[in-house]
Amino acid sequence: MPLLEISGLTQRFGGLQALTDFSFRLEEHELVGLIGPNGAGKTTVFNIVSGFYRPTAGRIVFGGRPVNGLKPHRITALGLARTFQNIRLWNDLTVLDNIRLARYAWLGYGFWSAVLRTKRYRRAEKGIEAKAREVLEMMKLTDCAGELPRNLPYGLQRRVELARALAGQPRLLLLDEPAAGLNSADVEDLIRHIRWIYDEFKLSIWMIEHQMKVVMTLCQRLTVIDFGCVIASGTPEEIRNDPGVIKAYLGDETL
Amino acid sequence: MRRYAINILLCAAALALVGLAQADMLDKYVLTVITFMGINCIFAVSLNLVNGYMGEFSCGHGGFMCVGAYVGSLLSVAFFTDSKLFGAPLFAPELAPFLFPLVLLGASLAAALAGLLVALPSFHTRDDYLAIITIAANYIIISIVENIDAIGGPRGFSGMKKAVNAMSDFADCPWMLIWTLIGVAVCVMTVYRLMTSTYGKGVSAVCQNEVAAEIMGVDTNRVKIMAFMVSSGLGGLAGALYAHVYGYVNAQSFNLLKSTEGLVMVYLGGMGSISGVLMAAVAFTLLVEALRFVIPWLNDGLHALSLLPAGYELSQIWKWVIIPLTLILLMQFRPEGFLGNRELTQVFPRLKRWITLK
Repeated sequence: MPLLEISGLTQRFGGLQALTDFSFRLEEHELVGLIGPNGAGKTTVFNIVSGFYRPTAGRIVFGGRPVNGLKPHRITALGLARTFQNIRLWNDLTVLDNIRLARYAWLGYGFWSAVLRTKRYRRAEKGIEAKAREVLEMMKLTDCAGELPRNLPYGLQRRVELARALAGQPRLLLLDEPAAGLNSADVEDLIRHIRWIYDEFKLSIWMIEHQMKVVMTLCQRLTVIDFGCVIASGTPEEIRNDPGVIKAYLGDETL
Repeated sequence: MRRYAINILLCAAALALVGLAQADMLDKYVLTVITFMGINCIFAVSLNLVNGYMGEFSCGHGGFMCVGAYVGSLLSVAFFTDSKLFGAPLFAPELAPFLFPLVLLGASLAAALAGLLVALPSFHTRDDYLAIITIAANYIIISIVENIDAIGGPRGFSGMKKAVNAMSDFADCPWMLIWTLIGVAVCVMTVYRLMTSTYGKGVSAVCQNEVAAEIMGVDTNRVKIMAFMVSSGLGGLAGALYAHVYGYVNAQSFNLLKSTEGLVMVYLGGMGSISGVLMAAVAFTLLVEALRFVIPWLNDGLHALSLLPAGYELSQIWKWVIIPLTLILLMQFRPEGFLGNRELTQVFPRLKRWITLK
């Protein structure tokens, strides 16, 4: 059974057809990419899968469960996590609190427990704290646990966002342009880092990325979309030589 | 032991206050001012949950205070007094000191439910638009209360003084001061514990980046309902205490002017800072009371210097020029308030050695 199965996904915003009949399958423990020119509808796909948009038509099955129309936090609780093209951290909470909050869907206590400081509250918070520290340790962020994210350099902010996504122990991680705004040395780091995450956490990764180097070295499969339609899919090698892709996406240049 | 120094000091101060009042060593006026200081603390700290931590601009907090004041008064009258409205008391008046917490609880719950009036629209609206809704909620509540003739309508409602007297008959203590001090403690503990738990930090997450919050598993609608209900519920607690201290309520005491007082206290103290808002509530209450004396002095002084035309007297209405003016000056020169969004223990880290907060 595939981890994620999308069929016939269509999204219209008023008169704009952002996505047309998009179908896609992703197995457990796969690392695949979604590429396409600017405005092709890549982020729209992610926004629909993570529950942020309600698709006009189509069906999404995640982990054997249809998730169309579920609220984003419900989908997160099923094991999906994502990062954003433009970093979206909670800038006035410490890095540690940012990671802690990623466990929100699995809190295990409610309002009265929090106010009355019950045993259940103390046990749950202990678990959350331990988990958050563990993730920080793994992502080599322990030193900035008490910092506010906005005081960190850009590269570290990206890493915090990644750590926050991983703290929910997702089965599927969506990365929206993880290399955006990184210099070439940082990109090398990122490639190693993503591969390490993929091996270490045994999860599936689906990424949108503009930097060809990243997708070509990391991804096992690629899907290319343009104007909301899939124009090609296959291994990086096949995509590299696909004349349709070269024409639509890269113009006359070669990869 | 040292870690509890400030905790013990605060408890001792509260006990000393009650002791002084008990021994009749406090002027009645001073006692009332201190009690109102406590009520303002509850009012401001509860408003701070929405305006400070959640980053929404609620300007209708007075409305929830109104609900609490009326429901609290009605419960008191029904429980402990012989009234035209409810007939014989439900409980023996001797039980008043023990059952009064039930009155406060009922008032808070009713106000929390009224909070839904703002919480539900907040799912789809934010910022300025939600602020307008809060103003509307304030008006709706006041209009409803004013149009129910059974509870006095625009004439107001009274009778709960008998319940307070019933408590005094049972034991001669400064009951309302005691309940107010307990109320302040409950309110501060609730907000503090909430906002230091991961559960409560969901409120900050919604404030700082709602999209990220929703995507990272925070049920934003539930967080909003919770924050608005807790905030308005504690506002209702302030209202119930207010009604019993005065012994008389009128819907117009909870109009936008009251809500504005709350806003002044929150912005004076610093949004998202409990200690700052507590300081502001105390300072604001003192300022308002001080103006009672300062305005006549000012009047005499200006007449003596013949800066005011003869026949014009500076009245207490000028309070509402001077207080907003302080707000304008504050926004100009220290927009973050006393403490910004930091707590006293963050500004003076050494304090942490003397106080234990859990």
